[in-house]
Amino acid sequence: MNETTERNAQDRAPQKRPEMQVRPTAPIVPPANVSGNALMCVIAIMAFLACLTYGAVSMVRATAASWQSQISREITIQIKPDDKLDMEAALRDARDLALTFSGTKDGQIVDRAATARLLEPWLGEGLDLDELPVPRLVIITIDERNPPDFAAMRQALTETIPQAFLDDHRTWVNRLVAMAETTAWIGTAVLVLVFTAMVLTVIFATRGALSGNRHIIEVLHFVGAEAGFVASEFQKHFLKISLKGSFAGGALAALVFAIAGYWQSRSLATPESDQATALFGTFSVGLSGYLGIAATMLIIALLTTLTARFTVMRTIFEIDRIRSDPARTDGVPSS
Amino acid sequence: MGPEILRDLTFDIPHRSFQFLTGPSGAGKSTLLRLLFLSLQPTRGLVRTFDRDIATIPRDELPMLRRRIGIVFQDFRLLDHLTTFENVALPLRVRGKEESSYRADVLELLKWVGLGERINVLPPVLSGGEKQRAAIARALIDQPELLLADEPTGNVDPPMARRLLSLFLELNRLGTAVVIATHDLSLMDQVEARRMILSQGRLDIYE
Repeated sequence: MNETTERNAQDRAPQKRPEMQVRPTAPIVPPANVSGNALMCVIAIMAFLACLTYGAVSMVRATAASWQSQISREITIQIKPDDKLDMEAALRDARDLALTFSGTKDGQIVDRAATARLLEPWLGEGLDLDELPVPRLVIITIDERNPPDFAAMRQALTETIPQAFLDDHRTWVNRLVAMAETTAWIGTAVLVLVFTAMVLTVIFATRGALSGNRHIIEVLHFVGAEAGFVASEFQKHFLKISLKGSFAGGALAALVFAIAGYWQSRSLATPESDQATALFGTFSVGLSGYLGIAATMLIIALLTTLTARFTVMRTIFEIDRIRSDPARTDGVPSS
Repeated sequence: MGPEILRDLTFDIPHRSFQFLTGPSGAGKSTLLRLLFLSLQPTRGLVRTFDRDIATIPRDELPMLRRRIGIVFQDFRLLDHLTTFENVALPLRVRGKEESSYRADVLELLKWVGLGERINVLPPVLSGGEKQRAAIARALIDQPELLLADEPTGNVDPPMARRLLSLFLELNRLGTAVVIATHDLSLMDQVEARRMILSQGRLDIYE
């Protein structure tokens, strides 16, 4: 009986409601919205294009530099046939004479078989060199950093073997150097254009994403937040967005180069690979290329963050300017 | 520049005072509140807030002065992605305070304004009256020296209006000067307080 009374008394006692739990504090700037996602996509695309351009331009520059160095590494002595000339002896003399000059490294006589192979595309197989007055060649490898005195070598050769002609490839090298430099300049100009487009796109996309948050800036400003505090909240938010976007774009560009390089190494000596190599060089961007991609990502992140900071500071400045210009009422609570 | 909204006004808001600001729509109540809140400068004349001429206060000093003023906007200005609790706690958060240091105070104030069960609700879900109470709680949370409220009872029923009025009076007893802009005559009749009546840009004060 007593137990029943106690239980009834407990049932009638008011139940104490559990204290409501406060959810974990949300960031002051909303973490995800449509404009934020769009900005991330824009940043990823621009980072991808900028990194791709950077890698391609560095590849073209490397290829252009290699054209220049490979050609200027060699000179050629050409000896025209003459009835009074012992060609083989003249070839040896020419090589030996050339090698006496400092700045030469190695001399190689293009033998009869190799000469025939050189002419094969024009004159066909089974060529008998004795039947034709075909000049013979000596290839001299030179130290490109310390080249020999070509004028003195040319004079010495002409005095010893009048039929010899020294070709230092100067005209060809000059043209190629000019072409390589032009290619590199065009590449650099494209890079500058793409980076300029990237900078402008990132700045305007960031400002666009921020314009939807003006009311947050106003409220924070009106509840007593200092401009630096508001700016740092938005900076943090936009740094996260830009790091995600630029990492995605940069990593994708790096992946494209890695895959292209892998494809090229796997398909050596195939017509497709040879064609691509002749046009673009090797698809290897090297350590400097990957460092450039990383630098591009950091530049984008920095750019977005600074744009966010300046835009927030400018918005606060605008809000305060309304204060001193009563003709303007935008952003002021309506009466 | 448009027409002068306010002219030839001379008044002061004494420390710990309580007053209603009233007048027909368009009389300039909100403009006067904006002047007091440092979000407008007068085209001519002198407005001094906390003994400073508001026309000469540098921009970087405004946040510190605004921290001494609580304001209830007519359109509430709550942030839609923050809960009621987070909106009310915002002034404390921007002052760099830790949540643990103010959680109990914010919860108590929310209970007092009848939002104890709505602490984790986002503003779009709140009714007009609830938003208004949240906006009032945000203005009161740091016990400002001056409270400016623009139609603070415009969206609540009479019992809640009385409850909010008693909250303003309690705050006033604790030392806050209160200015309530309102059209609500029944609200003003409940308290013996100074009435500032704006009409056609002029101000009449009834002590």
